[in-house]
Amino acid sequence: MNDKQSVSLSFDNVSHSYGAVHVLQSLSLQVQNGEVLVLVGPSGCGKTTILNLLSGHIRPTQGKVNRTGNIRTVYQHDGLFPWLTVGENIDMGLRALGNQPQRETEKKDLLELIHLQGFENHYPHQLSGGMRQRVELARALAGQSDILLMDEPFSALDYQTRLRMRLELVRILKQRPRTIVFVTHDIEEAAQLADRVLVLSSRPATICRELHVNASRPRDLTGAAVIETMKTILIELGLEQ
Amino acid sequence: MAKTSFLSRSKNGTNSQKTDPILLPSLVLVAVILLWVVISYANLFPAYALPTPGSVLKSFKEEFEAGRLLNDIIASLWRVAVGFVLAAVLGIPAGLLLGQHLHLRQAFVPMLNFFRFLSPLAWIPFAILWFHIGDKPAIFLIFMATFFPLALATMAAVATIPSIYFKVAKEYNYKGMELLTKVTFPSVLPQIITALRVSYGIAWVVIVAAEMVGCQDGLGYGIWEARNGLRLDSAVCYMIVIGVIGMGIDRLLAQLTKLPNVRWGYER
Repeated sequence: MNDKQSVSLSFDNVSHSYGAVHVLQSLSLQVQNGEVLVLVGPSGCGKTTILNLLSGHIRPTQGKVNRTGNIRTVYQHDGLFPWLTVGENIDMGLRALGNQPQRETEKKDLLELIHLQGFENHYPHQLSGGMRQRVELARALAGQSDILLMDEPFSALDYQTRLRMRLELVRILKQRPRTIVFVTHDIEEAAQLADRVLVLSSRPATICRELHVNASRPRDLTGAAVIETMKTILIELGLEQ
Repeated sequence: MAKTSFLSRSKNGTNSQKTDPILLPSLVLVAVILLWVVISYANLFPAYALPTPGSVLKSFKEEFEAGRLLNDIIASLWRVAVGFVLAAVLGIPAGLLLGQHLHLRQAFVPMLNFFRFLSPLAWIPFAILWFHIGDKPAIFLIFMATFFPLALATMAAVATIPSIYFKVAKEYNYKGMELLTKVTFPSVLPQIITALRVSYGIAWVVIVAAEMVGCQDGLGYGIWEARNGLRLDSAVCYMIVIGVIGMGIDRLLAQLTKLPNVRWGYER
């Protein structure tokens, strides 16, 4: 369905400032095709700014953002349109598909994928936080999306739901692979999900460590690979010796 | 919004005992009527200045049989409906437009606010000079009373739409008219419904005054006639009709808040 060759996303010496506040200072990064890239860093370091630059919602003050492929964002909360039902929200992602029966089948498949069959006609405010995030994920996966930007998508959820949602994301991505840029302050999340972790410094954000995690997913939270990755990140952030 | 949520709050609030929703208001109604009976039969005021419930009932029968009451109700409802619908059809799109364009807001808001604070009754001399006697001056006054609050409320609602909706809309390719009808409008619809209820309330108050001067029929004219003939029993009968119809139409408008695609706006 996706022409993986046409997907590319990179920063070329990007700097960004809001007035006198320099958020990014000549940052370069290259998102690899099909990888799960996780950005971790202290709050306020400019993670969300990076996502807004990647998606094109804002333009960098300096440098160049290269972007090909269809990009969709999954937000922390309130990303669904509250006046639309679950089914209608997912259908937004299928707007490019002209053929109505095909849209219906695709919508059913996605509802099944996120285990929310029977909730098609519910409104977002009638669902739990975890269910809402799954709907948002389904909407972002629908149709011709190539790259998903995830802006702390699970951080508004309670701890156990968050753990469950990570497993769900891994399962869903197995079925519908996408290139993912995932922003979080949660080190566990980074270690459990990432192919590659970029640890960011505080403002202005620079990459202070790049980390490859080769273990296959799903990864146990208490497994060696995850523990080791977490330790490296914690040391990098100066939170562990 | 205020009324329904206020009434239903007692369900989960401190006052958790269940009571019949009809019983308490009925008790208050009976108490008010009893008070009225006592005062009017105690002769605190002369009979022509405070009619008894009995005389009001009699004049109800009289007005109804003469066909005047029904005719006046229809005349008033028609004028309010036309003026109010005109104000909504022009005011809501104007508000949407103003809400989306900062420069338009900066240019027009002071003027709109000026007219909002100008009592619609101030337009009465102009209404009569421009439109003479009949439906038109009343419709004009209803329009002037409701256009500004509707436009301003819609504008304020649009200006506070969370920016995340527009970010999402952009990623899913909503542009131009589609953005307006499928994102902007539904996201302010709950507030527009509230604004409609509030401005309908204004319209129903203004129609009485408008008909006292610019019309030859209508509920306001009925009260004016009663005063001229020192028939306060008839005036009270018109007052009761005005209050009851006002409440009834507000209940109808309140049904709009039960639409499934606006519930979110009242339950957060």
